[in-house]
Amino acid sequence: MTRLRPNAPEGARLSARALRAGAEAHARKRDGLWPWLFVIPLLAGIALFYLWPILQTFYYSFTEWGVFGGSTWTGVDNYIRLVSDPDLYSALGNTLLYTGIVLLGIPLAVWLASLLNTPGLRFASFYRVLFFLPYIAMPTAIAMVWRIIFNGDFGILNYLLSLVGIDGPYWVSTPGIAIVAVAVVGLWSSLGFSMIVLGAGLTNISPEYYEAAELDGASPWRQFTSITVPLLTPSIFFVTIITVISSFQLFDLLYAILGSQNPILPKSLSLVYLFYQAGFVTNEKGYAAAIAMVIFVLIGFVTFLQFRFQKKWVSVD
Amino acid sequence: MTHSPFRRRTSRWATALAAGVGLTVAITGCSTGETPAESEGYSAPDSDLTAEITYAFWDATQQDAIEANIAGFNEEYPNITVNLDVTPWEGYWTKVQTQATSDTLPDLFWLNGPNFQLYASNGKVEPITGAVDAGAIDPANYPESLVDLYNLDGTQYGVPKDFDTIGLWFNKEIFEQAGVETPTADWTWDDLKSASQTISDELSDEGIYGVAAGMDGQTTYYNTIFQAGGEVVSEDGTTSGYDSDADREGLSLWTDLIASGASPSMPQLTDTPADQWFTSGKVGMFYGGSWARAAIGDSEVKDVVDVAPLPAGKEQATVIHGVSNVVAANSDNKQAAQALQVYLASEEAQTEQGDLGAIIPAFTGTQAAFAESYPGVNLQVFLDATAYARPLPVSKNSAAWNAVEAELLPDVFSGATDVDTATTDLAAQMTALLAKE
Repeated sequence: MTRLRPNAPEGARLSARALRAGAEAHARKRDGLWPWLFVIPLLAGIALFYLWPILQTFYYSFTEWGVFGGSTWTGVDNYIRLVSDPDLYSALGNTLLYTGIVLLGIPLAVWLASLLNTPGLRFASFYRVLFFLPYIAMPTAIAMVWRIIFNGDFGILNYLLSLVGIDGPYWVSTPGIAIVAVAVVGLWSSLGFSMIVLGAGLTNISPEYYEAAELDGASPWRQFTSITVPLLTPSIFFVTIITVISSFQLFDLLYAILGSQNPILPKSLSLVYLFYQAGFVTNEKGYAAAIAMVIFVLIGFVTFLQFRFQKKWVSVD
Repeated sequence: MTHSPFRRRTSRWATALAAGVGLTVAITGCSTGETPAESEGYSAPDSDLTAEITYAFWDATQQDAIEANIAGFNEEYPNITVNLDVTPWEGYWTKVQTQATSDTLPDLFWLNGPNFQLYASNGKVEPITGAVDAGAIDPANYPESLVDLYNLDGTQYGVPKDFDTIGLWFNKEIFEQAGVETPTADWTWDDLKSASQTISDELSDEGIYGVAAGMDGQTTYYNTIFQAGGEVVSEDGTTSGYDSDADREGLSLWTDLIASGASPSMPQLTDTPADQWFTSGKVGMFYGGSWARAAIGDSEVKDVVDVAPLPAGKEQATVIHGVSNVVAANSDNKQAAQALQVYLASEEAQTEQGDLGAIIPAFTGTQAAFAESYPGVNLQVFLDATAYARPLPVSKNSAAWNAVEAELLPDVFSGATDVDTATTDLAAQMTALLAKE
């Protein structure tokens, strides 16, 4: 799918290449430094603020840090300690659970986006703004509101549940439930972004398909499953990648909804929280660097897998 | 047709890379020797000294009192500009630690007991030996246990600027409703247990509990551990006391109160912290610091509360703590910073703190204003408590074992683990961490 042009016959390409070779070499020489000059500001920024810190973190993951700096080389000690740290696996489990739940928001977003795209819908922009608001609101502000909603004794959620006879749990202070509660908020707040991207994808689907389907007597549901969803897969793919990456980086919502003093926090850590705790609470920066490297490789690997398997389900025009 | 941003030649790794780096930290630091700073002599600067210094602290509610102090300081030193740097508690230590790592600490800043030894032993803060020798600061003017908190290996690095002790806050209206006598200075653990049980039983229909257990050492279980004759960190700072019978008794008091329903459960106390249970009139008693005065005085229960000394166990005890103003060892304007440190520790500045702030100033004899600041409530209790107060347990890297406490103790309070198992584990882990210091 990544190829831009159809393959030209081998012979034609060779001869064309031979003809152009001289001119191209000449042009390249003439361009000289100019193209580089234009990209250097960007490259310098990336190198300084992205690549260099990654390399440094990689290096520091093999060291042990004094509380106020000064590092000593300890080889793979941090990694050995990490693989035998039960917190790593519970954090990984929590992060995967969170990611899984937030991903459930994507089918929901596809459905909501197609509803919002219904021709002739009144106040469509208003609804769009409404759904997008949680995405632009500060996570801490969102978290404070949800913390009140989730309050076991005095929260509105358990009050509503009690009206239908359900005795709601203590959402943010019961191990196992807390991470689900945080994930629901994560799902809710990422819905707006997914819907905007998917909505843009929807407007790119030519109405002719629907007209043709209607002539053939396809039901709206059939149109949705056979036209909308398949043609939307590139956008769905994009949203999935972004959602997985941001879910793996879960920190602020967890920190703000559960609170740093929450006694069940040690059982509800995410990977990034584990990193934060090692680096900034218990003052083990070398160990924190090792955790950061693991998260880095994990996200890279998961993203790689997604690109590998996209061929199976992402349709290209 | 649709356009996905990934349709073109985007490298698979570029995305992952861009995402992953969001997580990595740029840590640049220079190594520093792990030796305490040498003290230089101190002499008060000339009144025309010109300098610009930064004073960092975390409690915004004290800003007015601090500004008043600085106005007084500027009468003496009109050319020293003091910039205030207020960072909320949640981010304060992360920030200060980063500043210490890069040797860009504020000239003068607040340090607390749990963090003091870490900064002092790494040479990040300046001793006050010079000022003490010159007679500018006299440690005898402040509560002894708190002065000791800021002493490491015989060197004094600061004096407390304020102090707080813990008391038993109670709601007179709830006691009356339940028909229970209000707490007195003679109360023991048994009185606490029976009164809180009666209140919970009598007023269960209204969702009112007798006492709110807390999940935090300073206000709850450190106090009861001391009252049972135990200790959290041994005197020489090498071992944990958690596996002693006394410590277990101190913790069991709380687990029993929770188990019997005299106190709300752990999840309930997580969703709504103990002080909020109290200020919303849903609990008869809670162990609260002197600092709770401000929040309670603003709440709906403000006219029906009073405070008593903590009920005694084998002995009477309360945790005392207070922050200290310390000068950064690498400050460029050390003389100006020390002058401010000395001024803030003076009787004049301390009296002003007491009159304006929500805190108890540490200078002996300046606390009268605090005791009278809440008519009808016997705040004198917090001042008298200094007679039997014990300093907050700390060590060189308190944060390390505080994290183990936070990991293991919640299971004890929720009833998932019994006290003996958890404390054995906690003591072992904590002693190992203390050995590493």
